[in-house]
Amino acid sequence: MFKDPAPRLSPEQLEKNFADINPPLTPAQALEEASRCLFCHDAPCMKACPTEIDVPQFIRQILTGNMRGSARTILSANILGHSCARVCPTSVLCEGACVLNAEGKKPVEIGKLQRYAVDPVIAGGAQLFRPAVANGYKVALIGGGPASLSCAVELRKRGYETVIFDANPLAGGLNTYGIAAYKMRLADVQKEIAMVRAMGVEIRSNTSVGRDVTIAQLEREFDAIFLGIGLGATDDLHIPGEELEGCRDAISFIEETKSRDFADVQIAKRIAVIGGGNTAIDVVTAARRLGAAEVYMVYRRGPAEMSAFEYEYELARKDMVLFWWQAMPVRIVDDGHGRVAALECVRTERAAADARGRASFAAVPGTEFRLNVGMVVKALGQKRKTDFLQQIARLELKNGCIIVDAASMRTSNPKYFAGGDCVNGGGEVVDAVAHGKKASAGIHQALEVEKGRRAHAGSQH
Amino acid sequence: MPDLSINFCGVRSPNPFWLASGPPTNTAYQVMRAFDAGWGGAVWKTIGEPIVNTASRYGSIDLKNERMMGLNNIELISDRPIEVNLREISEVKKRFPNHTVIASLMVESRRETWHEIVRRTEDSGADMLELNFGCPHGMSERGMGAAVGQVPEYTTMITHWVKEVARTPVIVKLTPNVTDVAHMAAAARAGGADAISLVNTFNSLVGVDLDSYAPRPAVAGLGSHGGYCGPAVKPIALHMVSAVAKHPKVQIPISGIGGIANWRDAVEFMLLGATSVQVCTAAMHYGFRIVRDMIDGLENYLEEKGMNSAMDLVGKSVPRIEDWGNLDLNYKIVAKIDEGKCIGCNLCYIACEDGAHQCIRVEERPRGDLRHGVDLKHVPHILEDECVGCNLCALVCPVPGCITMAQVDTGRSPMSWKQLQEARGKSPQCSAEQLLAGARRTARSND
Repeated sequence: MFKDPAPRLSPEQLEKNFADINPPLTPAQALEEASRCLFCHDAPCMKACPTEIDVPQFIRQILTGNMRGSARTILSANILGHSCARVCPTSVLCEGACVLNAEGKKPVEIGKLQRYAVDPVIAGGAQLFRPAVANGYKVALIGGGPASLSCAVELRKRGYETVIFDANPLAGGLNTYGIAAYKMRLADVQKEIAMVRAMGVEIRSNTSVGRDVTIAQLEREFDAIFLGIGLGATDDLHIPGEELEGCRDAISFIEETKSRDFADVQIAKRIAVIGGGNTAIDVVTAARRLGAAEVYMVYRRGPAEMSAFEYEYELARKDMVLFWWQAMPVRIVDDGHGRVAALECVRTERAAADARGRASFAAVPGTEFRLNVGMVVKALGQKRKTDFLQQIARLELKNGCIIVDAASMRTSNPKYFAGGDCVNGGGEVVDAVAHGKKASAGIHQALEVEKGRRAHAGSQH
Repeated sequence: MPDLSINFCGVRSPNPFWLASGPPTNTAYQVMRAFDAGWGGAVWKTIGEPIVNTASRYGSIDLKNERMMGLNNIELISDRPIEVNLREISEVKKRFPNHTVIASLMVESRRETWHEIVRRTEDSGADMLELNFGCPHGMSERGMGAAVGQVPEYTTMITHWVKEVARTPVIVKLTPNVTDVAHMAAAARAGGADAISLVNTFNSLVGVDLDSYAPRPAVAGLGSHGGYCGPAVKPIALHMVSAVAKHPKVQIPISGIGGIANWRDAVEFMLLGATSVQVCTAAMHYGFRIVRDMIDGLENYLEEKGMNSAMDLVGKSVPRIEDWGNLDLNYKIVAKIDEGKCIGCNLCYIACEDGAHQCIRVEERPRGDLRHGVDLKHVPHILEDECVGCNLCALVCPVPGCITMAQVDTGRSPMSWKQLQEARGKSPQCSAEQLLAGARRTARSND
């Protein structure tokens, strides 16, 4: 497959390389960490959480030994609190807002405490919530990622019948397939989804809307439809050689590391990854951990412009990834057998700022160089699923993202609500969960108002 | 270099730091280790007819992750023969002639028995005697310890018996489990006590196991009330020491006990009237080595204050303890928040709003996160005209020096409650006699 494949590592070594980078707290550690929380009033950590988890409350509950209550506090605000505890960029959310920062102290490790509180519930399969009595309404949710899962659970709490249509074999969306393995394993996510199912959420996997079931069918059978379809594959490079064997997109690569044994993921000995976001970091770190000898991260701009979080960049640096700042790919070289032999790049220089005010970088002629790699991974932004979205009547998009009312998450087509990456163009899991929550309230409001109108109309006859 | 030595009833001690009677002073081995570590004296674990202890003897409370804020015990006095204890006291005194060894005693309430134990103990070479009238558990059921200390007449009587034969100074150790400990100190003084030590432990039940329903500590599923000590009791002990120091019918040296763990605690006890201080729980928690910083800290403190002797501290703050009725009602302070230091936890706000006088305002925090550049720090502000100067906000504030209480000139001259009542032509105080007279009147009118 590759001109120069990476040597296979032993299963033990691979497990070690992908071991949890944030191992769970011991009870003693949790107690000490929880003790540091000041129990702020109108706490900034809560205000900074898109799902508004009552952080001081759940930490206090850890301290009092009310573990079930602690988990309930978290999961009632964020049903995917288990995933979020592991993947949230806490340094720019709750922990970034912790008042201890202002005193030059380390913020309370809220993410780790959240995991400490939720892990036992997920592992033990305790059922903390119950669906409400059926209210007669049915909602379809397209896409099985965090936004739909969150929306469906919130709807179940209000008595709605919910059916999630997901094209993948396993639900969870990027939570299942897109999170670096050293942060969260696929099996962990499936336990969390079991909790969602236990709420009575029906999940139809391997069911692609448009292929296995039509949009018209859904519109007929359901009172409202939630779009949580996420984004597509990564953007193309639009350079010669992109079609060569060994050039692939980041999303499917990460998916492979999540859905197969590590030993079954094929990589080249030397790899170039194009991009400067968190997904690019996931790829370079995975490649190094799978045994690639040299991994280059090729980014058109400089480190300051990189959209990856600081701690993600740090991960890549610790994995001894080699960074090519201010370099862009020009051509992928064929080894004569249709496989990647090298990536040709050119250096860039800072040019006038672009429309968004971000410094743009332009190629400098004559600075071409070649990286002898057997694999090129595209980790640019993700494509929008506009082809699908255009099949829905009166659905307005902007840059391929669905336009919604920020409060209700209702789209321009009143039957449809939307949330997650297909709305914000790519955000955090916690943002998707927050969208799902808002949308559930929006759907409830819309259908209740409608029900009210109908009842009103009925009483006039 | 300031002189740390003290003179306690004529007995010179190298420093005011003594180990209190308890598990750390059970044996000569321990006491000698303690003296090697730097302790100036030790009160031997109470000597009397050997007892039998239970297994499972201590229970404690933690504060968040801080261990043993308060310690409870149901251990009794020494379980070793009297002669063994006395022989070991002799050995210690031989090796440490300049250190202070005090024998704590407790025997049945018979005059001859007390006479005998006093004579035997003094023959061992102990510098002083401490009469244990304080042990609140176990021994009190047998008519000893707190059973004596809770009845002023018994306290006077037994102290008197001891003084009939004692040649060394007699310290009476009081139980705090009484309505007025100073009254008990006066009773001991009336019996001839040369000094008072207080406090012994407080009656306590440290907790209940939520699964087994047994109290802690449990002995085969059952428990008994114990004696409470450690940092948690310090403020109560401080008050009691000051009350004894102020009592006009006491006026004899005091050895302060109760939650002392460091030199600061010791200085406080001394300022409120203690000549020496006794430590037990802290030594049980961290070992004898804690005395090194106690000595060093006290030395530095005395030097900074320009004092030559630790004795200069004794009772310095006693005149500052006054009746509430003598406090100045026109003294005014208000809270000030240093905005630069404030971290925006709003604890001052919620404490004042729910627990005090609603004198702090703060805007509700906006929603949002750092990714969107939202500034989540919100500084509360004090409504100074409303502030009653209660200190609560400053006490809950987690940032040192962020909330201070600043004096405000009211332009009014000092006026106490007593002065105010006198100016109104009313009695400033209701004495116990008046209180009783009022009760009698009420009873008559109800007839």
